[in-house]
Amino acid sequence: MSTATTLRQGPDVNGFFGHFGGRFVAETLMPLVLELQKEYARARNSKDFIDEMDALRRDFVGRKSPLYLAERLTEQLGGAKVYLKREDLLHTGAHKINNCLGQILLAKRMGKTRIIAETGAGMHGVATATVAARFGMECVVYMGSVDIHRQQPNVQRMRLLGAKVIPVTSGAGTLKDAMNEALRDWVTNVADTFYIIGTVAGPHPYPAMVRDFQSIIGEETREQILEREGRLPDTLVACVGGGSNAMGLFHPFLDDNSVAMVGVEAAGEGLDKRHAASLKGGTPGVLHGNRTFLLQSADGQIQDAHSISAGLDYPGIGPEHAWLNDIGRVSYAAITDDEALEAFHTLCRIEGIIPALETAHAIAYVMKVAPTLPQDHLIVINLSGRGDKDMSTVLAAMDASAENAEKDAGKDVKGEA
Amino acid sequence: MSASRIDRCFEALRQQDRAALVTFVTAGYPDYQHSAEILKGLPEAGADIIELGMPFTDPMADGAPIQLASQRALAGGHNTIKTLQMVREFREHNQHTPIVLMGYYNPIYCYGVERFLDDAAASGVDGMIVVDLPPEHDNELCVPAREAGIHFIRLATPTTDAARLPGVLVNTSGFLYYVSSTGVTGSAAPTAEKVEKELARIREHTNLPVAVGFGIRTAPQAERIARFADAVVVGSALVECIANADTEAQGRDDVLSLTRELSAAVREARTTLNVS
Ligand SMILES: Cc1ncc(COP(=O)(O)O)c(C=O)c1O
Repeated sequence: MSTATTLRQGPDVNGFFGHFGGRFVAETLMPLVLELQKEYARARNSKDFIDEMDALRRDFVGRKSPLYLAERLTEQLGGAKVYLKREDLLHTGAHKINNCLGQILLAKRMGKTRIIAETGAGMHGVATATVAARFGMECVVYMGSVDIHRQQPNVQRMRLLGAKVIPVTSGAGTLKDAMNEALRDWVTNVADTFYIIGTVAGPHPYPAMVRDFQSIIGEETREQILEREGRLPDTLVACVGGGSNAMGLFHPFLDDNSVAMVGVEAAGEGLDKRHAASLKGGTPGVLHGNRTFLLQSADGQIQDAHSISAGLDYPGIGPEHAWLNDIGRVSYAAITDDEALEAFHTLCRIEGIIPALETAHAIAYVMKVAPTLPQDHLIVINLSGRGDKDMSTVLAAMDASAENAEKDAGKDVKGEA
Repeated sequence: MSASRIDRCFEALRQQDRAALVTFVTAGYPDYQHSAEILKGLPEAGADIIELGMPFTDPMADGAPIQLASQRALAGGHNTIKTLQMVREFREHNQHTPIVLMGYYNPIYCYGVERFLDDAAASGVDGMIVVDLPPEHDNELCVPAREAGIHFIRLATPTTDAARLPGVLVNTSGFLYYVSSTGVTGSAAPTAEKVEKELARIREHTNLPVAVGFGIRTAPQAERIARFADAVVVGSALVECIANADTEAQGRDDVLSLTRELSAAVREARTTLNVS
């Protein structure tokens, strides 16, 4: 039976994808959110807006990004054929710039002069600082104190670009707390400030708007794979923090039933320990302007997430993902810190690509499943960002495991004696 | 019925020609026992209506003092069940002071809306302010709350313009809470002149009593606002009394003595006005 339904039309007028989404914000912000929605609806149909964005995408960001056949990874895994969508090659080193460019053009249209953002890994902060510099706007970035510590290179980059980085010490000092603080700034500075949210979360229209700005990833992928292989891919894989790089890759393919999609959450130390897998280990709730799956107590108190990757260290997920999970269109998996680290090293050594730790979660998932799949199975991984920022985390993890190995060796000796 | 406690309170104050003093404290802060003692002492110290904050991990509209109070309460094991228990215990001694719960939607959503409303009404809750539920989401909690006999009190803010105000007022009952500044709780207040003008604008749209809050910390500030507002809300300044005290008992006593000062100021406000 053929149906004319599409999964690409959401959200509804109130910002809901099924049961998820909405605009759960304080009254002070409500008029701003409604104005943004109106202005975005106008902009997306404006030729000037689209032309300016296209030109900047090409000349400032460096699109289109390559679709790269990972030959040696494919060979090593001995199964499915693995392609990498190289968002890591864009200006600022991650997909985040796609969204920031769209939002700063909107900010300019709306006459805003001050930009704020939250950041976890710092990639969104860097991308925001970059577009703010490019358009001559003041920029303030909120970043958890734990993240400031583990993503130092990005903190330095933001400062070089002229942004003010404000450490957030409340809560666990990670992405969720940075987002709270950014919302507090926005509610205070309503007249001149534009809040560039970095993922497909927040109140409507952000989840849909950020998705639209990121959908260039999937649109290019479709064109490129058709050119290379003459057909659509069989499986798309992307890591999921809030879920923007995943939505960007998935959305243009949602109505292609032959294309399977997997979002990879961070399982941290394991799903029975500290983790950041809101779909695999959470329940529905309302936070940061939308209803979605959250890590929370039975009392509705939000729990701190944990992931080795700062960009996935968030106790929620974009509402469209919650819905796609609900209806079964996209499946979700979870990868631990250790598995992600191993995938990180593998990609470095056999492909000559240093991926972001966030992205390494998607790679780790593919390393698990690709060997079980036939050689004509086409997988596209969204290589969402590069890993230069993660050097200190990865080196610390290597030192720690070397130490553990020594200790274990010591134990063995004693045990034998 | 319990839902009319708020109406009766404002009616009585109208006859006395004075504004209500609304005091906000965070439930479970500094701990259950002292929080319950504060609650019990507030009416006698001069609070006409009590706003009881329901702690939440992510209070996005609150400044540092109330964030800290929420964190402390939660760290001490406070939760929604205990907040309702506190109201129930309060009602054993006090049948006339209205209690308005103030908080965020998620703990209520997780408790279960229907079950929450049943338990809140049975405990003696008169109204609710839920910061992150704008009128666009009235079906979530506001409409069911009113059906359960609990007032849903809405915030109007400086960004709520004339086009939007009627929509904000539609399902609001009990009173309207005018947030005098954009920003989080505990931030500085604008001038009384500006607030008075804004209030006149709002009164063109409603006959509900209008409370004014955000940034009111001292007796002189409360006195000034009480000349024209139907109610004056003080929150962060009271919560800070607890944070600044050396002991929990001292904190409790400081909250109650600031309440006495504020109450005296609110009672003076219009008599001063009439004399001068
Ligand atoms: C390289 C990279 N990939 C992925 C993410 C996760 O975000 P999202 O799930 O919105 O793509 C981040 C966030 O910081 C990132 O820097």
